[in-house]
Amino acid sequence: MLCNICTKNPATVHLTEIIDGQMSELHICEECARKKSQDMEQQFGLSDLLAGMADFDKPKDDSSAGAVLVKCPSCQLTYADFKKIGRLGCGECYNTFRKYLGPLLKRIHGSTQHTGKTLLKAGRPSRKKADVQELRNRLNRAIESEAFEEAAKIRDQIKELEKRESEKNQ
Amino acid sequence: MDLKDLLNHTSEWLKGSGPNADIVISSRIRLARNLSQAPFPHWAAKKQGEESLNKAKEGLSKVDYLKKSTFFELAGMDSIDKQFLVERHLMSLDHAQKTNSKAVVVDEEEIVSIMINEEDHIRTQVMQSGFNLHEAWNIINKIDEAISKELNFAFMPDWGYLTACPTNAGTGMRGSVMLHLPALVMSRAIDRVLAAIAKLSFTTRGLYGEGTQAMGNFFQISNQISLGPSEEEIIDSINGLIRQIIEQENQARDTLFSKNNPLLEDRINRSLGILKSARIITSQETIELLSMVRLGCDLGMVKGINQSHINELFIITQPAHLQKIEGKKLSSQERDVKRAQIIRDKLSIK
Repeated sequence: MLCNICTKNPATVHLTEIIDGQMSELHICEECARKKSQDMEQQFGLSDLLAGMADFDKPKDDSSAGAVLVKCPSCQLTYADFKKIGRLGCGECYNTFRKYLGPLLKRIHGSTQHTGKTLLKAGRPSRKKADVQELRNRLNRAIESEAFEEAAKIRDQIKELEKRESEKNQ
Repeated sequence: MDLKDLLNHTSEWLKGSGPNADIVISSRIRLARNLSQAPFPHWAAKKQGEESLNKAKEGLSKVDYLKKSTFFELAGMDSIDKQFLVERHLMSLDHAQKTNSKAVVVDEEEIVSIMINEEDHIRTQVMQSGFNLHEAWNIINKIDEAISKELNFAFMPDWGYLTACPTNAGTGMRGSVMLHLPALVMSRAIDRVLAAIAKLSFTTRGLYGEGTQAMGNFFQISNQISLGPSEEEIIDSINGLIRQIIEQENQARDTLFSKNNPLLEDRINRSLGILKSARIITSQETIELLSMVRLGCDLGMVKGINQSHINELFIITQPAHLQKIEGKKLSSQERDVKRAQIIRDKLSIK
């Protein structure tokens, strides 16, 4: 049997496709199969899965429309790029897209709090920054769930931390 | 050390020793790490990729644990040599395909290997024979700590180690166990087991990791979640799952065996017969038949064959290994002949 696509080489790969409920069989050669599998990968790869999840977790506020335009200052990757390729551009991207990645990580891992080993050399400044960020995340969650009393407390904590930071820097 | 030395040497993890070595071939842990202040490999311009490679190379060269390791740069490496390293599980298929600014570091006993500029800047793996994730973790943890002293990794206190793909963030750890489950496959209970594994957030893959088919009743099971639980907790959860699968496989073996099934004995001995006498054999057929002979050894039906020889045959009958042994490029047909010859030689040694 000759390949259904190129009609030149012998068909060695046998494929069953179901499109809109219609089943069709395809008998193709190795070369065409490779091309076809690349097409399929492009149609539905891991990046699509991740991107789909990223979409699903879009924050409900108005800023989400602009999400795809956010660009990492360090490596220039945009959120649209991430949605397309399913990979981030550098470590800094995690800060840049923090708002969108938090819910995504939660969906993938069921958690957003690392409890494993910590980096020996992790500098103190990043720790402080992360503390404020973590509080901001908690604040957003509290507001979303309309726990305003809790939100007010967290807001005060953030103010306190930021005040201490700026005093230190002066 | 060069590739020839590897060829004349049996990888530590293939020795068929270690706990539950009848069912568990090997245990592996990998850690994904990235340099801070550098774009991830897929997003790096050529020059940036080279910079990361050099930085990683320099840092790793200062690590005492890696003093006896060899550094292989992939650019310009022969495609058979690259395939050879993949067949030995020292690097991924993906790493062998796009080779710009990539390298792999391999230790003498093939316990440790480190891929530079794969999906992440540094991916360290440690392999152990048998069911032994804890030991793999002890080794890799020390190496990782030593590397951390030389290189700055991208890390956040709440999200842990930052990886190119968010699915690896947190611990950056993937623990995998390679299992041989012929009885569960034969008794058709395997689908039920695999479905249960998937429900518990673990993944199952074939012999060569991501995207490969399960062949010869071999299944590689690993954790999917890397952020949240600690490394030890992840290992404990994998161990718990693997222990249950081992028990199920043992039960299935008992049932098959107790039926005193002439069909099973026939199948095992026919497999051995073909392997001992074939003059042309494909890689796929080899793996399927070796799987049956391995089961025969475990059940005591096949005697006088060294278990480590069978383990070794799974690797040295792969295409790049055959060509390294022969010392030249072989066509697919020539490989099938060479493969059959090597199997006959190995199996005739008592």
